[in-house]
Amino acid sequence: MSIIYMLLAISVVVALVFFAAFIFSVRKGQYDDTYTPSVRMLFEDELVKKTGSSAEKNQQSITNHSDRKSK
Amino acid sequence: MESCYHCGDSCGEHALAHRSRYFCCNGCKTVYDILHENNLSYYYDLDKSPGTTPKDFKGRFDYLDNPEIKAKLLDFDEQATQIASFTIPAIHCSSCIWVLENLSKLRPAIKSTQVNFPEKRVRITYNAEEISLKEVVELLCMLGYEPVISLEDFNKKERKKDRSLIYKLGIAGFAFGNIMFLSFPEYFEVEEFWLDRYKPVFRALMLIFSIPVVVYSARHYFISAFKSLRSRMLNIDVPITLGILVLFLRSCYEVITNTGTGFFDSLAGLVFFLLLGKFFQQKTYAYLSFERDYKSYFPIAVTRMETEGTQRESQIPVYEIKPQDRILIRNGELIPVDGILIKGDGLIDYSFVTGEAEPVSKKTGDTVFAGGKQQGGILELSVTKAVEQSYLTQLWSNEVFQKERKNELDSLTTKISKHFTLGVLGIALASSLFWWFVDPSKILHVFTAVLIVACPCALALSAPFTLGNLLRITGKHKFYLKDAGVLEQLAAIDTVVFDKTGTLTSASKEAIRYSGESLTEHEESLLTSTLRASNHPLSRSLYSMFQDYRIKVLDDFEEEPGLGITGTLKKQEIRVGSYAFVNALPPERQQLADNHTSVHIATQTGYKGCYTFQSTYRSALKSVFRELSKNAELVILSGDNDSEQSKLNRLVDVPVAMHFNQKPEDKLKFIKSLQQQGKKVMMIGDGLNDSGALAQSDVGIAISENVNVFSPACDGILDASRFEQLPAFMKLARTGKRVIKWSFVLSLLYNVVGLALAVSGNLKPVYAAILMPLSSISIVAFTTVCTYYFGSSIKKPEEVE
Repeated sequence: MSIIYMLLAISVVVALVFFAAFIFSVRKGQYDDTYTPSVRMLFEDELVKKTGSSAEKNQQSITNHSDRKSK
Repeated sequence: MESCYHCGDSCGEHALAHRSRYFCCNGCKTVYDILHENNLSYYYDLDKSPGTTPKDFKGRFDYLDNPEIKAKLLDFDEQATQIASFTIPAIHCSSCIWVLENLSKLRPAIKSTQVNFPEKRVRITYNAEEISLKEVVELLCMLGYEPVISLEDFNKKERKKDRSLIYKLGIAGFAFGNIMFLSFPEYFEVEEFWLDRYKPVFRALMLIFSIPVVVYSARHYFISAFKSLRSRMLNIDVPITLGILVLFLRSCYEVITNTGTGFFDSLAGLVFFLLLGKFFQQKTYAYLSFERDYKSYFPIAVTRMETEGTQRESQIPVYEIKPQDRILIRNGELIPVDGILIKGDGLIDYSFVTGEAEPVSKKTGDTVFAGGKQQGGILELSVTKAVEQSYLTQLWSNEVFQKERKNELDSLTTKISKHFTLGVLGIALASSLFWWFVDPSKILHVFTAVLIVACPCALALSAPFTLGNLLRITGKHKFYLKDAGVLEQLAAIDTVVFDKTGTLTSASKEAIRYSGESLTEHEESLLTSTLRASNHPLSRSLYSMFQDYRIKVLDDFEEEPGLGITGTLKKQEIRVGSYAFVNALPPERQQLADNHTSVHIATQTGYKGCYTFQSTYRSALKSVFRELSKNAELVILSGDNDSEQSKLNRLVDVPVAMHFNQKPEDKLKFIKSLQQQGKKVMMIGDGLNDSGALAQSDVGIAISENVNVFSPACDGILDASRFEQLPAFMKLARTGKRVIKWSFVLSLLYNVVGLALAVSGNLKPVYAAILMPLSSISIVAFTTVCTYYFGSSIKKPEEVE
């Protein structure tokens, strides 16, 4: 029946693992903002476009707009 | 009427049609174009009209190139990785979160952005080699998300979040669950050979689990009890500490001597429930700040003219301004220091400081005080005093702002806990005495059992849960309170002091009245077109009244800051502005004009008439005053002259004391003198000029048209649209106090049952383990049901109207 020592040890270890996970998540700031992630997860996944020049193009159009605005 | 696809505002007559959508202005259209061209139109699918009209930002963020200011604003700065966080009040919906977190699609140099919605903050990681801080901020502005960068950011301390309560709660809950689990064999008294044999192991494990609960989770109860004993007080933490200590020591004794199982389950449960109450009471509005001072409103940098050598301008941090410096103030900028006007015509809006809506005009050589906002042309000031010595900032050195309020001293729980502690100790001693005669071996058992069972868990939970619920209810009705203590104070208020401008009057709805010759249709069209070109606040409010008239392109337009505007179309001229500017006012009308803010109109043919702006009082004023006067004395303190006294007297049909021409210090002193007469004073105000009085009063409530934008330091913020419900809120606070009293009675009943068991020497661990959570949970249920029942009496505004 000394297996009970083993079982107790396992149950305590499992409990401690979850406890450690909790401490870790608090420390990482998961409890600081409990609202935003609930919204973020609902955003649609978007199609990833693989155009190498898209970044450059974007930059271009922004500068265009700011130019237009400042005029 | 079309509404803008971007911001949802009504487009008026001049809607811009673009790609089969309508926009109210070019700014909104530009944002749409940027998002559309970059495949970010999903922004408009998430929420309808989610945007904000971008404001003109050209040159306003030049100071972000100053390395010293930049260093203060950055959270992290290491080679190619920079992290900055900003507060952006415009964040209000899921679209905002989405577009801000996709900034990297617009500018790849921005590596990632993370929005904290409740705090309205965004954290941006970018690469400074490719994009500067100024460009990041300008990108945000371009999309209509202008961050607020104020002097407060300049000396921000490390924003360290206090997470200790979550840790404590987690540890107590963890121990509670595990100990209960381990004590199951004991609960059912299973007469099983092996379980009996391993009992010491189970008990030892329980003891080990309970140690962090006592040492860490319950620590602040010990500290608080010690502090209160030292100041010869008996607060609620004294009997709690006594209970925890006795529970722990007796349980340890039982386990070590192998005489019983102890009360470790009750101990961990007790601490867990107590902490839960504390956690629940901590309702915070992350995006509202109740501790604001002038630093939240002052700019972080200012333009200084270099007097030596060439006429060069440079951006310097506000704290580096020295007397004799020359600084430049542009249209719409806040003056951060006292100074003398050297160049330019000042038209300074001091509403921020005095609550007075009408701008003051200043001429060269006049002294200008800090806190005003320039409206009109560029000013050049010679600084006379540094920021800390300026008139406005001096207000904050008043001791009122330094002291911390001690709500705890007269809270209901503290009052009752004194009698409670003495009572429990009396019963413990009396029953020990009884058992001394009957069976001396049971004395220690009974004495400790009384202290254990009397541990006022339910009592200590009554107030936190009642007040916590009420905080949530009032918050739902847009009355945001700083903490639960304010509610208890609110229940005791017997004097209510109001500020006038901005508090009793509403800033947005100004009644405009015209007197004089009526204008022809042509003249009105000319007037509207002229007003449209001006940015002066009076022009804007007048213009919004005229929107129906057709706008024409003017041949000529001239604005003389501080005086008026002139518009010309087809040789017809119109002059709009002050009496001196129009220069044709008949003497009998001058009288009328003196008392009110007015705009005069003249054409080439002569004087036409004038528009007078009158502040309108909030519609519910009469009923609010009538309701409040049943329970409290009412006072009005105003910084204005007494021209409105007769009007106020007519409006209000209950006795109200009125005091006019009150400077900020006078208001503070007035509140102080009321308090010295033993009154509990609530101050309701809006501007910085009330901030001293708000801090001094027992409950200071700031009333605000837009809770995200402006409110001085206070105990609570009331949304202006809910002004009429003020009496209902105060009634709710008083009801809350009654609910606390009822639940005290209920929890005392549980104590009587427990004490009966303890005194007769029959308290078994399993009874304690049942009684303690049962009492706690029923108290929580009782207070929740009560508060929500009474809270439902506050109507939503739709029903009120």
